[in-house]
Amino acid sequence: MKREVYLDHAATTPLHPAVREVMLPYLGEKFGNPSSFHSIGKIVKDDVDTARARIAEILHARPDEILFTSGGTESDNLAILGYARKNQQEGKHLITTTIEHHAVLEAMIHLEKKEGFEVTYLEPDREGLISVDQVEKVLREDTILVSIMYANNEIGTIMPIADMGNMIQKWRDEHKRPFLKFHTDACQTPEYLDLDVEKLHVDMLTLNGSKMYGPKGMGLLYLKRGIKLQPLQFGGSQERALRPGTEHVAGIMGMAKSLELAQANREEESVRLAKLRDAFIEGIQSRISKTRLNGHPTKRLPNNVNISIMDIEGEAMILYLDAEGVYASTGSACTSASLDPSHVILALGLPYEVAHGSIRFSLGASTTEEDLAYVLEVLPPLVEKLRSISPVRVDEKYFV
Amino acid sequence: MSHKQEPIKGTQGDVTTADNAKSWFYTDVVKDHFFNPRNFMHADAHEEDFNAIGKVGSPACGDELRVWMKVDPETERITEFRWKTFGCGSAIASTSMASEMVTENGGMTLDEARALKPQDIMERLGGLPQRKFHCSVLCDKALRDAINDYYRRTEQFDKIIVEASRIIDPVSKVTDKDIEEAVLEGAHTLELVQQKTKVGIGNPGCLPAVEEIIRFYKEKYFG
Repeated sequence: MKREVYLDHAATTPLHPAVREVMLPYLGEKFGNPSSFHSIGKIVKDDVDTARARIAEILHARPDEILFTSGGTESDNLAILGYARKNQQEGKHLITTTIEHHAVLEAMIHLEKKEGFEVTYLEPDREGLISVDQVEKVLREDTILVSIMYANNEIGTIMPIADMGNMIQKWRDEHKRPFLKFHTDACQTPEYLDLDVEKLHVDMLTLNGSKMYGPKGMGLLYLKRGIKLQPLQFGGSQERALRPGTEHVAGIMGMAKSLELAQANREEESVRLAKLRDAFIEGIQSRISKTRLNGHPTKRLPNNVNISIMDIEGEAMILYLDAEGVYASTGSACTSASLDPSHVILALGLPYEVAHGSIRFSLGASTTEEDLAYVLEVLPPLVEKLRSISPVRVDEKYFV
Repeated sequence: MSHKQEPIKGTQGDVTTADNAKSWFYTDVVKDHFFNPRNFMHADAHEEDFNAIGKVGSPACGDELRVWMKVDPETERITEFRWKTFGCGSAIASTSMASEMVTENGGMTLDEARALKPQDIMERLGGLPQRKFHCSVLCDKALRDAINDYYRRTEQFDKIIVEASRIIDPVSKVTDKDIEEAVLEGAHTLELVQQKTKVGIGNPGCLPAVEEIIRFYKEKYFG
């Protein structure tokens, strides 16, 4: 049988068997509605409460600060749209970066274009990082929200969220602007980074089940006590009426388990994957000429490898790799419905042809040294073949 | 965008193999040409052995295509057609397929080649996903560019067809090419073309001309 190597864990992860185990009763006999007053509902309500408390404990938060949602996109939208709309009398200036996930960017663009907010988009340096200074420089008296991702989903760069949070907290106190809040999208991080919201000094934090071996269609928003949001949907009083609707109980139970597993193993797993990652990057760059690592070499997630291979186009590369049983993704326009190349790679100051040739390999729990050795074996001849039919020769200043 | 796109002749949605065992974006014919591209320009080939060259696109737009043709001066049939592309799966497959179509059965005459439409290439490929339609258009344009080049080199200037763009709406600076692109992307009504290009929004006087161009390109590509 052909070898299959899944290297797209930043897109989604498989469900951990232990998570599946925890979820199954709620797809079967434990079907009750947590809002019901009878025992069938009560059993389930107790379980949801336990899961919420367990998650709060891991994040170093209080149970009532955890809101369950349908995923990362909803959590980001609820944080940004909900906070901005509810608190606009305090100011209409928002700060974010040009390399955020679309769930943040599109919400910001909407507020800017349709609801009269002003948004400052910070640009990363050539390594894909945003500094604390950059944020501090653009803070204003009328700034009410800063939203910056913890780690980038395409190039894996890790932002100094704790330092930013610390600075924002000080600025808030000095300028007496209690309504200035800090949100971070941490969807890519649970398996690798510290999620203690006190250490991070964040007011809101987004997590997504499907990126941490948990269920799809499941996310959460940590919302610090006292912060008011305008809900995006209306109905019952679930999730403090900020996110009404009968709970996705199986999802909640699975999310709690997956977060627990991810955080318990994160230090060990980070060391293991960083070693594999660095050897893999070295392997690609020593076997293939004219490549460029996108994103900072060390301030990046231990599972992220994003490389532009010059003179060829990413979609063709992904399809050739697919035929060899290797599953990765690309920043090329050709794979996106919009036909626009990756906004993240372009934000690094690189030309379109470099974005079109970018490939992301995101490692995960199942990734072994043998898997990566196999990729290193099949990749170079594919690159050579595609280069032989390409008329493009990218200027060397972009890959040295 | 909330509008529903009309299906383009020769295109399909995301293609799935018949056995459904593995969904794939492309048909088997597309895959065959993609994995085994025909007639690409080998590294050891010499440009001077060809008597017509065409080029279209740029890597900045994600696609660049160059073609090299040998035209028999006696019969004006295409005897050889070679290419190189910086492009995705559908760009590679469309060009590979086109290279077979223009050279098979003794080769097309230049007039026949000029009559070749992007849809003809797509039909032979068994369809392309709708949003990949522009890839086969690219290949059609490179072929036209090479045909013009042949006529230029043989000093048959009256046969050159220049497809220069001209400004249709001086206010929005929208050209006929912009409208062509919009139609290719599925905007088949004045409203949809306006959504994409803003043509005529501040200058309604040009709208009759715009509508005529939309009709022309709809007929050309989808008729």
